[in-house]
Amino acid sequence: MGQRLDSGDLLAPRRGGPSFTRARRRLARPLWRLPWLRGIALLLPPMAWFLLLYVAALAVLFVSAFWSVDVFTTKVVHTWSLDNFREIVTSSAWRRVITRTVVIAFLVTLTDAVIAFPFAYYMARIASGRTRALLFVLVLLPLWSSYLVRVYAWKVILAQDGILNWSLQKAGLPAANIGYTNTAMWLVFSYIWLPFMILPVYAALERIPDSYIEASRDLGARSFKTFRTIIVPLALPGVIAGSIFTFSLTLGDYITPTLVGGASSTFIGNVVYNTGLGAAGNLPFAAAFASVPLVVMAIYLILARRSGAFEAL
Amino acid sequence: METRATRLGLRVWTFLVILFLHLPIVIIILYAFNAQTAQGWPITNWTTKWFSPTLHDGEMQQALWLSLKAGLGATVIALLLGSAAAFAVHRFRFFGREAISFLLVLPLALPGIITGMALNSFFTFWKANFSLWTIVVGHATFCIVIVYNNVIARLRRTPTSLTEASMDLGADGWQTFRFVTFPAISTALISGGLLAFALSFDEVIVTTFTAGVQNTLPIWIFGNIRIGQQLPEVNVIVFVILLVTIIPVTVAQRLTRESGILRNE
Repeated sequence: MGQRLDSGDLLAPRRGGPSFTRARRRLARPLWRLPWLRGIALLLPPMAWFLLLYVAALAVLFVSAFWSVDVFTTKVVHTWSLDNFREIVTSSAWRRVITRTVVIAFLVTLTDAVIAFPFAYYMARIASGRTRALLFVLVLLPLWSSYLVRVYAWKVILAQDGILNWSLQKAGLPAANIGYTNTAMWLVFSYIWLPFMILPVYAALERIPDSYIEASRDLGARSFKTFRTIIVPLALPGVIAGSIFTFSLTLGDYITPTLVGGASSTFIGNVVYNTGLGAAGNLPFAAAFASVPLVVMAIYLILARRSGAFEAL
Repeated sequence: METRATRLGLRVWTFLVILFLHLPIVIIILYAFNAQTAQGWPITNWTTKWFSPTLHDGEMQQALWLSLKAGLGATVIALLLGSAAAFAVHRFRFFGREAISFLLVLPLALPGIITGMALNSFFTFWKANFSLWTIVVGHATFCIVIVYNNVIARLRRTPTSLTEASMDLGADGWQTFRFVTFPAISTALISGGLLAFALSFDEVIVTTFTAGVQNTLPIWIFGNIRIGQQLPEVNVIVFVILLVTIIPVTVAQRLTRESGILRNE
């Protein structure tokens, strides 16, 4: 190979010279002859990372949920038992936390879907190209600006002497005082995750070919019927894709409940945080509690994947 | 197909949603210039006096420094592993190929508390000390998918005829990569990298579980908000953070034309 004059040398960067090129080619030869070797070389590092760190960590989490903590030494004891799960299922306090979290996550998802759909529809099917690009940036900016900052903004807005009550008072209305309640959490979560719903719904709506809608009208369907039988079903994967985020992100949050929630706003996340990292640490119990949203989301994701929602992410 | 009334209604709705999305951010920016230490509205006295002490606060600087290091580390790992995975999935057909994008998106799609708790149990299990590296591992895990999605979307839109032409003209694999493929995906890499950095820089939930006693900037902010101390300083940092995140997002936006949460249009 060294004797053949390669036109490739003309393209090669000047720096390094011919010996560098030759060494490089010697190294590249097996990869070139055996393409699957290249595939493995590319795939191995990311897969190793995911399997050895992430999947292994999930496995440790799941396994340690069956362990317990010695009351006296506060050390983790590696004996297998279902006690953690039994406590979660039988204790009404824990059940209330789980129900509250799931119900609010569901309400947030529903709220976001209702707010996002008309918005995404306008963006995808009515707005001109320039307006659409502008709207896009206006949705992306809040999505990417700090999550913590946005929760904090609402904490300040909803406070007793905050801008909400001030505006209500100016308008001659009674104060709302929703700071530190479940209503506040619902509002803030809906706000925070709204862009996560808008984008996939927009992507799904934008992909509907105009010819489908024309065909529907040619066949005699009225606007509402076209909307109901063509647009909604085709946009559904987008809504599901968005709901993965709104639902899952609410399910695993503890920042918003801590900052804008009240005394009875404990979320699954708060329990995991307090028992996992708090002074009265009980890692196995925290692990068991964390597997509740894990199981819920696993089922949700498998169902969502079947509906083709992943294409819309 | 929409009537004029529907169109008007949708337009008003869109306008209101945009207001809803942006008003809180505008309001919190104003608070950085609030002269009082109380957080009430309306703001009566305006000042920039909080900026200097905040930017010279040693604790804040340390937290900022740690966030920057963690963000850079996570971004570099995400760029390498994310683009490798994207190339592999794009070029090769193999068993389980479909499952890869599913696996990669898991750390983002599963609640943060799970990723955090899982990594925490994992590090505790191996008796690893919490350090910069445990934070980087946590962040990189959920940043990889951002780079992956940006790069694979670009690869799918780049015609294969380009690489074929390059090979036909005698370039070897490396040269094709260096002069054809890489330029084609470079903006996707920059965009993915910027978004990965922004995501890492802002992350709280996974970080609390992988940081031990260290403070990243978001943890510093969270701690202060929770106990309601140093709020004027928090307001200033919040303002700075908003400015800093606007830049990578707008740049990333200009570089790519993809759409989606994990990709950037």
